Amino acid sequence: MFNGSATSLWIITRREFVSYFVTPIAYVFILIFLVLSGVFTFYLGNFYERGQSDLTPFFSFHPWLYLFLVPAISMRLWSEERKSGSIELLMTLPITRFDAVAGKFLAAWIFAGLALGLTFPLWLTVNYLGQPDNGVILASYLGSWLMAGAFLAIGSCASAMTKSQVIAFILSGLVCLAFILAGFPLVLGALEGLLPTLIIDTIASLSFLTHFSSISKGVLSLRDIIYFFGIIIFWLLATVIVVDLKGGE
Amino acid sequence: MIEITELRKQFGDLVAVDGLSFSVEAGEVLGFLGPNGAGKSTTMKIITGFLPPSDGVVKIFGHNISSHPLNAQKIIGYLPEGAPCYEEMTPRSFLKFIAEIRGFVGSELEHRVRRVVDTLSLQSVLDRRIETLSKGFKRRVGFAQAIIHDPLVLILDEPTDGLDPNQKHHVRELIREFSKDKIVIISTHILEEVATVCNRAVIIASGRMVADCSPEELEAKSPRHLAVRVTANTKDLEAIERHMEKLASVHEIQRSGSDLLLIPSALNSNLLVDLFEGQHKNKWAIEGLSQEKGRLDEVFRSITEGFGNV
Repeated sequence: MFNGSATSLWIITRREFVSYFVTPIAYVFILIFLVLSGVFTFYLGNFYERGQSDLTPFFSFHPWLYLFLVPAISMRLWSEERKSGSIELLMTLPITRFDAVAGKFLAAWIFAGLALGLTFPLWLTVNYLGQPDNGVILASYLGSWLMAGAFLAIGSCASAMTKSQVIAFILSGLVCLAFILAGFPLVLGALEGLLPTLIIDTIASLSFLTHFSSISKGVLSLRDIIYFFGIIIFWLLATVIVVDLKGGE
Repeated sequence: MIEITELRKQFGDLVAVDGLSFSVEAGEVLGFLGPNGAGKSTTMKIITGFLPPSDGVVKIFGHNISSHPLNAQKIIGYLPEGAPCYEEMTPRSFLKFIAEIRGFVGSELEHRVRRVVDTLSLQSVLDRRIETLSKGFKRRVGFAQAIIHDPLVLILDEPTDGLDPNQKHHVRELIREFSKDKIVIISTHILEEVATVCNRAVIIASGRMVADCSPEELEAKSPRHLAVRVTANTKDLEAIERHMEKLASVHEIQRSGSDLLLIPSALNSNLLVDLFEGQHKNKWAIEGLSQEKGRLDEVFRSITEGFGNV
């Protein structure tokens, strides 16, 4: 009569995912994402002027785009449950904390993937205009989605910490910013001389930017995949701990 | 059965539950009483596995809620205070979700959902968003969610709070119907509820148990329990008062308007017998006669007062 854990996780994911589309927020979010990624690609990225048939201008802005948009998805993951009290219902159902945390995360990740997938007209455009390397584009899409997952996992943890979605948004934005800036040449340059090279290299290797830039060039190395999955799992486990510790507060 | 041993819960400096021990057998409907802030909700949150205890053990039919929460939670149905749920869902999708999580699939799932929808008369609102429903319907959806898997243990945190009298009556009927050979724990501060649905009353104050008995015994703790109210004309009332105040069966007599309240000296006093004998001899024209049950709120106040809770 009772199913295994994988089923509970999936049931949570499905419920969460469907709930995104009950209110117009999901549609508004997708619209904003599509408009902004278009603006970044064509105006800031000089998509046409570059005269190259690839999507580099599109992908290179993704870390910055996600910095604002992903916390907007993740902020409600746990804050809302806490605020409405439904967390008490969820946590007294026969499911593990991890199922709840991972199920919610997965729903948000699939949603982010959907928004990302809806940028496909860009891919059609670039294929119409020239002969891009579609392998590179596919790798970049996967890498971008992985990075969105890492942002979401951080956001999930921030959301578990507070009842207020605004605080959750700011908190996850700040942590994500730190993870981006850790690989920013300007920041690394400033730290040079202050810290030993080993530490600077470690900081740089923790950065989203470092790992994403190689992916967006089409190099989907195992190292980068492991890195992003590692970040996701780390922050999801942190979320489990926070949910456990905070209890009903 | 539920066994609670030396349960303690501390939030920082605040001790919410302070060494609570009791057990509940199948068939018992336990009314969990106490002033606001006495630790009722906290105890229920620990029993259902939402909060970890600071110390002590809770076992649900042998399953320790701290070490084996899932096994325990499978046999518990829980209606948290205020009946929170996913308000953006419809009762239909919400109940389906709960049934799925509870492990039901296919026709069994359909059957379970249909059954609770019938029991709680939710047909008319099945496809409306829960946030648009009235308080009474929301509470019924919460109740439906709690009994969908026919749990051995049903825990209800203030199930009738904020409902109108008809809805209260309906919820109590449901509890009574459900409670045969199950364990039901209801927290409430409505005392009449305890008298109507519970067969055991536990009163806590400041996280400690201060009474554990049947509602009848609780009523019996009231000094007014089995007091006799007599209505008559002024002349006869005075005669009755004069006659009765000398007798050993009477503890105290209170006069209010055309009423006389005779408070017995003990539970098994001969107050009524004495009154009838007096009436037989003196031919008082008694117009009304009624026997009082103990006033639960008085008992409640006298037991819980002085524990510093407001």
